[in-house]
Amino acid sequence: MQIFYTFILLFSFWLLLSGKFDAFHLTLGLLSSLLVSFMSADLLFHDQGKSDSRRCRELWRFILYLPWLCKEIIVSTVHVAYLALHPGMRKLLEPQVIRFHTRIKSEIGQVVFANSITLTPGTITIQVEDGEFIVHALNSKFAEGLPGEMEERLLRIFGEVE
Amino acid sequence: MIDFLVVVLFVIGLLSFFSTTIGILRFPDFYSRMHAAGKGDVFSSVALLLGLVVYHFHHPSLGGTLVAIKILMISLFIFLASPTATHAIISAGFNSGVAPWTKGKSPEEHK
Repeated sequence: MQIFYTFILLFSFWLLLSGKFDAFHLTLGLLSSLLVSFMSADLLFHDQGKSDSRRCRELWRFILYLPWLCKEIIVSTVHVAYLALHPGMRKLLEPQVIRFHTRIKSEIGQVVFANSITLTPGTITIQVEDGEFIVHALNSKFAEGLPGEMEERLLRIFGEVE
Repeated sequence: MIDFLVVVLFVIGLLSFFSTTIGILRFPDFYSRMHAAGKGDVFSSVALLLGLVVYHFHHPSLGGTLVAIKILMISLFIFLASPTATHAIISAGFNSGVAPWTKGKSPEEHK
């Protein structure tokens, strides 16, 4: 089944990139995506233990999470612009390094969490090790906001018990 | 109408690139500079790319739509790659013991 999913993904990618729909190019794409999906399906679907329905639910909830992340990115860009152009910028900054443990267990969840922290205003992930996050925050207001709402949201996406 | 939207997206993208650059130049230390570099980047390049996607609607065609989807894939890639690259750079700085700027107070935590 994993081979089939990988094949569908690769073949649609081929169609997209080639943009040619004649028999010759379609056959080439079909053959090469079949070959690659046979060789490397287990790279894309790393965690073999998950059921298909769970994968779909996670993907769907992750898609629902994206609009919120986009909003946060816009807020954070405006915030950086505000700080950069503010004449008394150094007064507003109070950088600090904080550490905390996350309740997110799955690896992919932690990766998404780290990237989301980096993209949201005022905070940037320095390191993640065994669930311990080291985060650099621009001032204490942002430091207090962690882990906070984002972790709750990601727990709802990736925190499903087997 | 399309032209207007394209221009608005381009101006937004360029303005945020501008403030990102100013931020990189003005922020006090390595870590806060990465704040500017890692965030302003994503939004501004995605805004510019979206401007290009909208521009294609002047002459809709199959080839043009494929190009538009490819541009969207590029912005998806930036979305993933930019925070990861920021993370790699800042983690390298942290490991080699770059001290964070703490407004003249004694730094609480650095190697």
